[in-house]
Amino acid sequence: MLAFFLKRLASLLFTMLVVSALVFAAFEFTPGQVATKILGPFSTQDQRDRLMEELGLHRPVYERYLEWLGNVLTGDLGYSTLYKVPVNDIIWDRLGNTLFLAMIAFAVMVPLSILLGISAGMREGSKLDRTISVGSIVTTSVPEFASGVFLASIFVIGLGWLPGTATLDQGAGWPIAAQLVLPVAVIVLYDLGYVVRMVRASMVEVMTRPYIRTAVLKGLTFRDVILKHALRNAMIAPFTVILLQINYMITGVVVVEAVFAYPGFGRMLLDSALSQDVATVQAASLFAVLVSVSTQIAGDLGYMMLNPRIRFS
Amino acid sequence: MQYAAAPETNTRPATGPGAPPVLELRNVSISYFVRAGEMKVVPNISFKLGQGEALGLVGESGCGKSTVAFAIMQYLGTVGRITSGQVLFEGKDLAKLPAEELRALRGRRISMVYQDPMSSLNPVIPIGRQLMEVPIVHFGQSEREAHARALQMLREVNLPDPETMMTRYPHQLSGGQQQRVVIAMALMAEPSLLVMDEPTTGLDVTVEAAVLDLVARLREKHNTAIVFISHNLGTVVRICDRIGVMYAGELVEEGPITDVFRNPRHPYTRGLLSCIPTLGADKNSRPLTAIPGQVPSILNRPKGCVFQPRCRFAIAERCSQDPLPTVSLGEHHRAKCVRAEELPPHEKLPQGLEAVAVGPQPGDAEEVLRIANLRKTYHQATGMFGGKGYDVHAVDNIDLEANRGRTLAIVGESGCGKSTLAKVLTGIELGSAGMVTLGGKEISQIAVEDRDAGTKRAIQMVFQNPDSTLNPSHSIGYVMTRAIRKLRGLTAGAAKSEAGTLLKTVNLPPEFASRMPRQLSGGQKQRVAIARALAGEPDLILADEPVSALDVSVQAAIINLLVEIQAKRGATLIFISHDLSVVRYIADHVAVMYLGQVMEFGRTDEIFAPPYHPYTEALLSAVPIADPDVHQRRIILEGAIPSPQNRPQGCPFATRCPRKLGPICDNQAPPMQTTATGHRIACHIPLEDLTKVDKVLVA
Amino acid sequence: MAMSDTGGTLTRTWARLSLLRESPVGMVGAALVVFWVLVAIFAPVISPYGPNTNDLDALVDPSPNATHWFGTDMQGRDILARVIWGSRTVLTVAPVAVAVAYAIGCLLGLLAGYYRGWVDTLINRISDIILSFPAIVLYIIVIMRFGPSALNIILAVIFIATPQITRIVRGMTLDLREREYIAAAKMRGEPALYIMFVEILPNARGPLIVDACLRMGYTTIAIGVLGFLGLGLPPPTPDWGGMVKDSYALMSIFPHMALFPAAAITSLVVGFSLLADGMREISMRD
Repeated sequence: MLAFFLKRLASLLFTMLVVSALVFAAFEFTPGQVATKILGPFSTQDQRDRLMEELGLHRPVYERYLEWLGNVLTGDLGYSTLYKVPVNDIIWDRLGNTLFLAMIAFAVMVPLSILLGISAGMREGSKLDRTISVGSIVTTSVPEFASGVFLASIFVIGLGWLPGTATLDQGAGWPIAAQLVLPVAVIVLYDLGYVVRMVRASMVEVMTRPYIRTAVLKGLTFRDVILKHALRNAMIAPFTVILLQINYMITGVVVVEAVFAYPGFGRMLLDSALSQDVATVQAASLFAVLVSVSTQIAGDLGYMMLNPRIRFS
Repeated sequence: MQYAAAPETNTRPATGPGAPPVLELRNVSISYFVRAGEMKVVPNISFKLGQGEALGLVGESGCGKSTVAFAIMQYLGTVGRITSGQVLFEGKDLAKLPAEELRALRGRRISMVYQDPMSSLNPVIPIGRQLMEVPIVHFGQSEREAHARALQMLREVNLPDPETMMTRYPHQLSGGQQQRVVIAMALMAEPSLLVMDEPTTGLDVTVEAAVLDLVARLREKHNTAIVFISHNLGTVVRICDRIGVMYAGELVEEGPITDVFRNPRHPYTRGLLSCIPTLGADKNSRPLTAIPGQVPSILNRPKGCVFQPRCRFAIAERCSQDPLPTVSLGEHHRAKCVRAEELPPHEKLPQGLEAVAVGPQPGDAEEVLRIANLRKTYHQATGMFGGKGYDVHAVDNIDLEANRGRTLAIVGESGCGKSTLAKVLTGIELGSAGMVTLGGKEISQIAVEDRDAGTKRAIQMVFQNPDSTLNPSHSIGYVMTRAIRKLRGLTAGAAKSEAGTLLKTVNLPPEFASRMPRQLSGGQKQRVAIARALAGEPDLILADEPVSALDVSVQAAIINLLVEIQAKRGATLIFISHDLSVVRYIADHVAVMYLGQVMEFGRTDEIFAPPYHPYTEALLSAVPIADPDVHQRRIILEGAIPSPQNRPQGCPFATRCPRKLGPICDNQAPPMQTTATGHRIACHIPLEDLTKVDKVLVA
Repeated sequence: MAMSDTGGTLTRTWARLSLLRESPVGMVGAALVVFWVLVAIFAPVISPYGPNTNDLDALVDPSPNATHWFGTDMQGRDILARVIWGSRTVLTVAPVAVAVAYAIGCLLGLLAGYYRGWVDTLINRISDIILSFPAIVLYIIVIMRFGPSALNIILAVIFIATPQITRIVRGMTLDLREREYIAAAKMRGEPALYIMFVEILPNARGPLIVDACLRMGYTTIAIGVLGFLGLGLPPPTPDWGGMVKDSYALMSIFPHMALFPAAAITSLVVGFSLLADGMREISMRD
């Protein structure tokens, strides 16, 4: 178990190293380009050479990569050209805001999707099953920005119950809780369907298993068959999927934050990308990948804990 | 470890007058409602089962025997339904019982044991907990009481170290142990009826013998009535008093075991008995009699007698009457055949238990294949848990030879290395050490991709699984012509006509060329596979369990086909099987393998008579024989086959050997002892002692 | 000979697809998809205006009316026309990207699953790295680096979808390569590519068709999202996501500007998803 964990940790470090190189390389313009970009197209060759000397761009790529990596590792994430502050000064707040939003969304989505998935998969082909299945297919098929439009036209424009933005600004006249309703709803709506279908598929499969037949034919009540025999087996496969949702959620969060002007990490990533703020994009990308890879490991570990076949092999 | 021999169990008194039957099915019809409409799987079945009685229901796949079992349990899924009739358990109609009462009966008064015990146990719940649920739900016992009861049952089913067993998960047990757990679970509440659905199918034959032995003992002790479903007539003989033969959803014959086996009245029962290879017959003494034709589809059932289209005794006008009467033949024996009383007595096949050396003498034919000191070792990395891993010796230093035009059978249980050997011979895997020479050419180090055209042509294979042997995306004609063109380099036109010829050789009409594999039955697919193997006119045909997935009536036809083709073409056949009866029938030479090693090798008649290797002896004693008049000396092997990585240091069989001499067996590899005729036995026990052993089978 | 059987495979695939009629959900999906495909094909015929025709009179009141059924946008362009032409954008970019991703993914998946060993390890490692990026981050980096254009969007989609397809195909190959008919093919001397493409791939088609259909849906969403985030096709290309972005700020006054394109993209994606579900249903049979 520990060996497994260490092995995964090593693979995480390896992945992060490659990812950082990729992220660095993606914005590794040829030195001339950088100088032209800074000095403008009418600068002289001489000016550009001097600037490159100043910026240390004459050094080989790997040297500059190592320096950049060293800076990142020591907590120096560079300077944001968009926000005009060191990236460090802005990224943590934004991460915190996003984590807050994501956690609420997760806390709503997971129990709801498990409940729906289990009740649908419990009796395959029943009316309830068909309703939940088709419903979940439809909700996952609505892009977040579209459901944002739909929900906003009903609850913001039509009914006026909720604010159309979630700036987390207390002064806007709406309590923060009200501001969060729509962003959370949009994230949950999109991700829910996928998880519901996974849980349902797993439950349907478990219900056809001979050990469920054994449980029924030994005289257990339907409730015990579901709760004691089906549920745990049905949760093994979707567990990893649920944690992998975090990877998808990062994408979803970027969109939702853009829709509702939420001051989170995703909007920071998007805004800095739109204004070619390289340092911020690099730092944000690294964080996003780190989160996604760590949740994968957490997913694997949880899968092992849930599954005695792996635990005791 | 002896128990009453089969004939004695059969004389057990039938239900006494007045004693109400435990179970009675009265004109029960069972249907599945599917897209295509209503499928009357079981049109009308009736039988009774007295207290403590055991009825075996036998039949080929699709005959409805499992459907009957689940109808008794009232568990037919969402598509199945009992459409009429009554399933009376102790006088109560189970079909009309309210759900709650039914639940209270299940697991308490009626229990079930299933095929495939691994999947019947919940993988995430420890064994103990799964057992304890029964008394907790049915008797409201406390945890402590239930725990004690579970321990007691585990002891009763002979599981080692029951305390630890309680905390184990199903995957940590061997197949035989899992089935003991399922049996223990079924008997937790001392039910009066036990339904067993193919409980030993999928288990190795020595493990099967031990489980059957256990069932027979528990039955004596608890006086439980049993409905025992099986496709294997031999297992029914070991357990049951009465047998019911099912065909296409109907119970065509029913009666006491001895009556039915000695005097079968229904032509289908007779057909079944004639197509099973017994341990006494071989290809030189008589061909197996296959039942012609196929089971009719459920949607297209013939009028009157369902067996009529395949029956050689059928008389159209009499056999088509509808409904067909059931003919009573004495007090307990009945058959659903209008001619039951007038048919000639069944000619019992010669048992030929006296082994006669009709096989070829060694050296009478040219040696085609020689396997010398062959090893195949897999390195098993311990995977994600790190560590160095370990070596698995799947094939460990074996020597064998096969002669032109002869059949060498390789027999053994799971993990014995027989399939790995096949992979090395075909070049799918490379040998780790040693030699395989085919016609003088070394091939064990040449992967199939690198073999020259001649070698590829020379070895072809027939596989085990009819459903995976043909590519579902390719038509039969495509498969055949492609093989012919690749192996013989014929033009498209020539290949096409040759494909027709080959299909004819395996008794398939040429129109089959345009069919897809899913339109074929299992037997037909195996025929195509044989035709495909013949495409290159091979010198050596390797058949890996070619009939083990087929029903017995189909199996016989395929075996006959192989024998016939071999005789005609003079190809060498290597026949890999776990089934000693089939091997006895088809082989000229036999190699008995255990955990990667050849324990015994010799002419077929030598293998089936003393001197035996103790493992061969145990195998022979374990094979279920479909004849209550054959006495088998019972040797029950304890424990499971060790996994290849835990193989004992010395003799691989040492951990289970009933004739173990002592530490020498554990620590020293046994010497290969050879008789004058070339019969080889790897054992520490001197040959003369092994020769003195009694025969396992006595008529 | 190989050709003739490929023909047979296609006929049989078509025969199976016609089973879709028995799945009401699948039929609804198929109807939606076919509707949009027809709209895209006949856009020049059915569109009342050009996608970039400005009706300056409409600027006074852009709301839906008799001349502009879906209303107009802030530049006086007809929303209906832009929605119709927008279907062309998405139904060109998505199929091309998915088809190319499938071609590469199938090849890599077959190679990894068939050869295993170092080929597999290498392909897997690369896939893992790409898959460790949340999709949006990759899109952002690619578009930011190479600029927004139809080609770059297609390349980005291919880059992200390929490792996922590779994984699916690899998994199925690992399973299918153990079938006995593969051993039979090897024993008659078939070359590796023949085994991969003629013996293995056709038997993976069921799940792959379902996945391709779902993936068309995801890709449609991705294209919409990129457009919405301002990373999509440069203006004035009619693009549903971009249309929502341009008008989102005016939602409270002129909701129609955002609602129609949002509804369009939703109906197309729902169509793909329901179609995929119908296909899954028929592929589960037998």
